[in-house]
Amino acid sequence: MSDAILVSIIMTLVASSTPILLAALGELVVEKSGVLNLGVEGMMLCGAVAGFAVAFSTGSIALGLVASVLAGIATAMVFAVLTLSLTANQVATGLALTIFGIGTSSLIGAGFVGKTIERLGPVFPAALSEHPWLRALFGHDIVVYLSLALVLGVSWFLSRTRPGLILRAVGENDASAHAIGYPVIAIRYAAVAFGGALAGLGGAYFSLALTPMWADRLTAGRGWIALALVVFSAWKPGRLLLGAYLFGAVMTFELQAKAAGISWIAPEVLAMAPYLATIAVLTMMSLGRKTGRLDAPACLGKPFSAP
Amino acid sequence: MTSIITRRRFNFGAGAAAAAAPLLGRSALAQSPLGVGFIYVGPIGDYGWSWTHDQGRKALDAHFGSKIKTSFIENVAEGPDAARALRQLAQANNQLIFATSFGFMNPTVQVAKQFPKLKFEHATGYQRADNLATYNARFYEGRAVIGTIAGHMSKSGKAGYIASFPIPEVVMGINAFTLAARKVNPNFTTKVIWASTWYDPAKEADAAKALIDQGCDVISQHTDSPAALQAAEQRGVFAFGQASDMRSFAPKAQLSAIVDDWSGYYVKRVQEAIDGSWKTGDVWGGIKDGFVKLAPYNDAVTPAARAAADAVKEGIVSGKLHPFTGELKDQKGTLRLKAGETAPDEMLAKMDWYVDGVQA
Amino acid sequence: MLEWRRRREPSTAMLYLSPLIAIALTMLMGTIVFTAMGYDGLTAVYDFFLLPLLEPQRWPDLGVKAAPLVMIALGLAIGFRANVWNIGAEGQYIMGAIAGTGVALATYEMSGWWILPAMALAGILGGMAWAAIPALLRTRLQVSEILTSLMLTYVAIQALYYLVRGPWKDPDGFNFPQTRMFTPDQTLPIVIPESLVHLGIPAALLIALVTWLVLEKTTAGFAVKVVGLAPAAARHGGFSAERTTWITMLIGGGLAGLAGIFEAAGPFGQLTPQFPVGYGFTAIIVAFLGRLHPLGIVFGGIVLAATYVGGEIAQTTVRLPQAATGMFQALLLFFLLATNVLITYRIGLKAKPAKVAP
Repeated sequence: MSDAILVSIIMTLVASSTPILLAALGELVVEKSGVLNLGVEGMMLCGAVAGFAVAFSTGSIALGLVASVLAGIATAMVFAVLTLSLTANQVATGLALTIFGIGTSSLIGAGFVGKTIERLGPVFPAALSEHPWLRALFGHDIVVYLSLALVLGVSWFLSRTRPGLILRAVGENDASAHAIGYPVIAIRYAAVAFGGALAGLGGAYFSLALTPMWADRLTAGRGWIALALVVFSAWKPGRLLLGAYLFGAVMTFELQAKAAGISWIAPEVLAMAPYLATIAVLTMMSLGRKTGRLDAPACLGKPFSAP
Repeated sequence: MTSIITRRRFNFGAGAAAAAAPLLGRSALAQSPLGVGFIYVGPIGDYGWSWTHDQGRKALDAHFGSKIKTSFIENVAEGPDAARALRQLAQANNQLIFATSFGFMNPTVQVAKQFPKLKFEHATGYQRADNLATYNARFYEGRAVIGTIAGHMSKSGKAGYIASFPIPEVVMGINAFTLAARKVNPNFTTKVIWASTWYDPAKEADAAKALIDQGCDVISQHTDSPAALQAAEQRGVFAFGQASDMRSFAPKAQLSAIVDDWSGYYVKRVQEAIDGSWKTGDVWGGIKDGFVKLAPYNDAVTPAARAAADAVKEGIVSGKLHPFTGELKDQKGTLRLKAGETAPDEMLAKMDWYVDGVQA
Repeated sequence: MLEWRRRREPSTAMLYLSPLIAIALTMLMGTIVFTAMGYDGLTAVYDFFLLPLLEPQRWPDLGVKAAPLVMIALGLAIGFRANVWNIGAEGQYIMGAIAGTGVALATYEMSGWWILPAMALAGILGGMAWAAIPALLRTRLQVSEILTSLMLTYVAIQALYYLVRGPWKDPDGFNFPQTRMFTPDQTLPIVIPESLVHLGIPAALLIALVTWLVLEKTTAGFAVKVVGLAPAAARHGGFSAERTTWITMLIGGGLAGLAGIFEAAGPFGQLTPQFPVGYGFTAIIVAFLGRLHPLGIVFGGIVLAATYVGGEIAQTTVRLPQAATGMFQALLLFFLLATNVLITYRIGLKAKPAKVAP
């Protein structure tokens, strides 16, 4: 295998992992605050359509990216108001949010079907990426570098900063956090908004970079993979990065193997793999612990209301 | 509130009129527009299969104007939901109903039995009744034309083919494409990736990239989205559009496209329903009948390729050329067609073998 | 200023009123939104929501659509009451259908009255087996069943794809990925002649009734409630949280599996890749619409079924796009979930902050 092919595979791998990484990173923060938002797919679709609509109408991909973030936040706020202010069940609301996102994005996008735009290009000048291996380093678009920076940022925020500590405290024991005087609901609002922003951006990565167009259900279920990935990562940003790229690698190598004429595994078995791996990781994590205590935030999915 | 009540009365009244219409004959029908219903498996915004059928429906509206009233239900799951959607159309005063996906077969058969006075048409199926016709397009004819272009335009002699599922429809397309390309270049090979989906744009794009990495310099597909063409455009190789002219997505890459055009058939059948001459049957229309069209060739297509493709097209239209003509052996060496023999439709409809040169 | 005030006791009136308030709000909002989108809003909402409920000829359709939802939701609600969050009913539904279909394919050339019950039993066991995995992981290893049951759903979907595209593909089916059609002995009987009403519909109603009696009138039902509300108290009372987890998961899985094989042996008549349509997820919403009450769930199932049926009506009458029906459904769910708050809270005037003496 020549360098050029290998680098090309890496480029494909990174590109297809990025939207899942973004959405999962957002959801990780949401879950760390003790909230389970299953509506990732819906938020991604709203981000995807808003990003495309704005980029197509204004001709500016940058504005499209901004719009996708705002659309993701707006969609997430529907979830936040229902579950945080009105204490609705998070699982049911998240599922409803997905239905909402699929419907709304399709309505907004109806006028944009069949249109196309110039795709989001590499951020560095072409001169830097003439050599294949330099291309693997410098040939990506801005969102790829942003996603990596965000992994670092979130990791630092959660483990090294005071607000990060408070956010985790809210997720671990909302009642005590409230008793100490932290605004539990406000913190969770912020976390859900952040999750929406990244899901929206992840969705826009489809409509602006991977496949620059709008068609119904463009993200084709990647939101659910992002949810699995959060668990797979044991709520750790570093492992999340690893997991997302591992997932991208397996999918890319599968296609490469097929293209090379090697049918090594039934596609259905491969499609099961991320989910089985997630269950396996969960099981091993708890086997490896004497106390049986997991890294899942203790308050995950439970409503909180000030007494 | 009044509008609702009158509307409901109107609905019931119209239902009764529809039931009585066949007895009253054509004069009564002439007064109320003919209801024509469609069910689609995807959203009309999929820019693929369902989109092309809806273009056909729009062509009906444009052609007949107020003489007909079309309606449709989109995104119908294949199964019991389809039966319900068909019944809904049947009860809503539609006299001619098109079910536009293979998976609607059993529900359509069932509902057609329930409404013997209405006319049904099922795309790509094989079960018929007195009031249930089937129709399909000979997409393989279009595949033979683009295969010819691919044979001329590919420098590496390797084409990539993104396929959905190994059903006869897809298999015959791969074979027709490869046979045509090998007439131009006997060493031509087609590498197939089974995407195991009709629609997943990001995966389709990644599959195209993988094929390009493996040396394919022409990409063809039997999945729905234009994503593979976009990938080809990005990587500077050639590709063919699927279902509709996708040039706007890949102005340099798209050499041509197989365009599904159902409008001619729909207009003909609706006219027959209006005239009272509609009969059941099985129509499998190709390039000659206007079901399958080819998008204008890209400027990059060489004069030789152009001439060869046009010759294949004309041969198919005149009936002198059949994409599956013997002597034809499959990969295992089994003789499928004797010298000079052409494939009967029955053989095509059940095709589950590959010709030499296909790497599936 | 207005504020939420927690009620001393959950309001019984609001328990029944809040769904009606939600429906009224949805219809109002739907009319506004659809009119703003340029459709005949009033007609759209009428066709969407009321027509399916008002026209008797639509009722069999509602029943067919609601039966699996109700059956699954009943099982889930029992778990939800005990704080067991099985959200992988979709997977259990599919596994039930797979297990039952396995029996059907094995008995393809046989006949007899026993075949259908055997398929139903296999369906129940299949669903239970799939639910047993998260139950085991939760009780032994404290792994969250929310996550494992969700993950297993995707595994089940892929298993279905594998079977219908591979070993179970109909040999006479032109290579299309689907199993053989079931024989009459393997098909769910129709209980009202010349209609769509199959055995699954009365079965769902019966199960709802039984569930209601068990939950309200027996110690087991009480145990479920206590474990969910106060696990510590339950331990003192001798109710084991572990056993409750097992029992509720198995009931949930078994009912989902039964719904799965009923759907396969009834309306579908075979297994196809299009078999999973998300009933397992929709049933979670139905369970909450019904406020986790068995009879409420029957109501919730019918309401949700009406939005599917009505969505198709609105597509043909006012050409409302299918996406709008999705949005309308989501609005209904949002309002129903939001008005839940009225049961435990009421709106009151914010008391003026007491002035601190200078």
